[in-house]
Amino acid sequence: MQTRVPIIAWNTSTIRSVLYQVVVLAAIAGAAYYLFSTTQANLERRSITTGFDFLDREAGFDIGETPIPYSAADRYSLAFVVGALNTLKVSAIGIVLAVILGVVIGVSRLSGNWLIAKLATVYVEGFRNIPLLLQLFFFYALFTESLPHPRTALAPADGVFLSNRGLYFGVPAAHPVHHWMAGVFVLAIVLWAIIRWWSRRRLDRTGRAFPAARVGICLCILMPLGVWIVGGAPTAMNVPELKGFNFRGGISISPEFAALLLGLVMYTAAFIAEVVRSGIESVSIGQSEAARALGLPAGRVMSLVVLPQALRVIIPPLTNQMLNLVKNSSLAVGIGYPDFVSVVNTSINQTGQAIEGVAMIMALYLFFSLTTSLAMNWYNARLKGR
Amino acid sequence: MSLYKKIDMKPPIASVGPLGWIRRNLFDGWFNSLLTIVVLSVLWSVLPPLFRWLVTDAVCTGTAEDCRDASGACWAFITENYRFILFGFYPYESHWRPALAIVLFVAMLIYSRDMSRWRRALAALWVAVLGGIAVLMYGGVFGLARIQDNVWGGLPLTLLLSVVGILAAYPFGIVLALGRRSRLPVIRVVCVTYIEAIRGVPLISLLFMASVMFPLFLPEGITFNKLLRAQMAIILFAAAYLAEVIRGGLQSLPRGHAEAAAALGLGAFQSLRLIILPQALKTVIPPTVSIFISTFKDTSLVVVIALFDLLHTTKAALTNPDWMGFSTEGYLFIAAIYFVFCFSMSRYSVRLEHELHPEAQRTGMNR
Repeated sequence: MQTRVPIIAWNTSTIRSVLYQVVVLAAIAGAAYYLFSTTQANLERRSITTGFDFLDREAGFDIGETPIPYSAADRYSLAFVVGALNTLKVSAIGIVLAVILGVVIGVSRLSGNWLIAKLATVYVEGFRNIPLLLQLFFFYALFTESLPHPRTALAPADGVFLSNRGLYFGVPAAHPVHHWMAGVFVLAIVLWAIIRWWSRRRLDRTGRAFPAARVGICLCILMPLGVWIVGGAPTAMNVPELKGFNFRGGISISPEFAALLLGLVMYTAAFIAEVVRSGIESVSIGQSEAARALGLPAGRVMSLVVLPQALRVIIPPLTNQMLNLVKNSSLAVGIGYPDFVSVVNTSINQTGQAIEGVAMIMALYLFFSLTTSLAMNWYNARLKGR
Repeated sequence: MSLYKKIDMKPPIASVGPLGWIRRNLFDGWFNSLLTIVVLSVLWSVLPPLFRWLVTDAVCTGTAEDCRDASGACWAFITENYRFILFGFYPYESHWRPALAIVLFVAMLIYSRDMSRWRRALAALWVAVLGGIAVLMYGGVFGLARIQDNVWGGLPLTLLLSVVGILAAYPFGIVLALGRRSRLPVIRVVCVTYIEAIRGVPLISLLFMASVMFPLFLPEGITFNKLLRAQMAIILFAAAYLAEVIRGGLQSLPRGHAEAAAALGLGAFQSLRLIILPQALKTVIPPTVSIFISTFKDTSLVVVIALFDLLHTTKAALTNPDWMGFSTEGYLFIAAIYFVFCFSMSRYSVRLEHELHPEAQRTGMNR
């Protein structure tokens, strides 16, 4: 009689793969447990408290630039919000300026004008190959060392003062009509969107175009202007004045902010210029030749034929550069601009709660990059759907 | 007499030669002419004063007082402080050791730039030279005084952090890249999480982690010095970026290579070692050089955790009350050093790109 002996094959690929994964998981779990227990012991020995309870305690330190009201008596949580807002402020302004400058330089590198193309190349190679932190130190030193004290401030224009404490300039004095103007501006943008939607529908149905963009821009300018005139056209200005050792009134741009913004914009623009250049070069030359053969003028060749195709190549690395700018804004800590990282750094020094602090920094930046990549995926899906 | 007797007329003088070049490249239409004139006038008003400041009116030797009297740049700051800027707190009389180490290192870089020299002997030579550099820096043998790494600083520290950072991150990056392409879900998820998390946060947060969190991770009595901790942060950071570059190389390889290797009876590891990795890693040498350039620039961030790299020694030299106010000169000097290293490496990576992928040369330069 014959019985089949069941063969247990231990060395099959399925069993091996399960084994590998179990080993990896076990190693990670073991390392995590080890780190957790030693950390726990260390924290107890140094009597450092853990957890996020400190968020509710009084921060006790001042912050140089506060977009929202904040004082040293406020809680840590508010200090972190101020830091995050400062990061957002410099990043948002920086991204807009860096993209504009980067596109200009990228297009200049392809210019038929030899001088312009060479200058753009010098710019790109120069700023790309020097560490950003060094550039920040350089600009900061330039602003604080070579500009005069507030008492002898430069006044390049009426009501504008430039000193080593920053740039001060006048703004229109607060007036209720400004709120109305802002409201009407938002209304104008809504109207613009409606007009755009309507003009597209009309274009699809009847084939007649409507200059929605021009009308929209006119609305955005004329409606607030009209409200301003109706409101009595207030022209009072809030001009900075020298009081004691510094200026009061008006709006100021601190040397820290200026140096950080300038460094971020110059550095990132060099990279964006390369992205734009390679994007434009990726569109085959036949495309622009064909467009010219059809009789399109040079500007339209660029805006209707080359750029729409180049954009598909440009957008992904461009978003990457924008994210880099946001991440690089953390170098603010080097020159004393109170961004999120430097506020958290101060709080780590005060509370000793390093793990929580570093975790918060990482969480904020991960949040930025994850939302950006989600937006990118959505955008790519939309491009493909077209 | 033929109607077409004198047909070999010269082209008009304005369309060939230097004049023709100027017309085509600088004065092609009213817009370009205007641009050229504007740019030239700006350059004319900027360059001569800049040249006077940099060269003619500059003070190259002397004291800070000599500098304050002059209207030009104060290069005396550099000539008086360059030893501290370049070598930090390394004992003054032993400065020849890091200097020799840098010279050796740069000479090796220059020697190994040709791909035809990339043989086993060169690798052995590199190991020998790196060992020699370590001996020079640490000392303790051959009658050289022992010098602890907490006094290392300046350019050697910057080079050390970036070179060791990339070398150590490389194998780690390969493992991560392979893991990200693995069939096994657990391994894939672990690698993807690591890579994306590290790429999503700024290097500064890792450096903070290294300086304030690592000490908490270690059992009592064991301490790492600050240099090693910063080095670990840089390795962890560079590995994630290298992994993505290497993944690109792995993806560029057609599946047929792995299949052919399997058909020949090579095991998974053999196929990886003999077929896949040599090709994949070779394709991505140029982007790897780019990662090295970024790492080299990023090492300047160790300023925030108080290590004395090139940037920090300069900053420290500038805080000397005697030399206050000459930041521009100091920063320009090290900017030039960084630029020479980064620019020559980026040129080199472009050249390698041409050698490795001659087929990928741009065919139609647009415009």
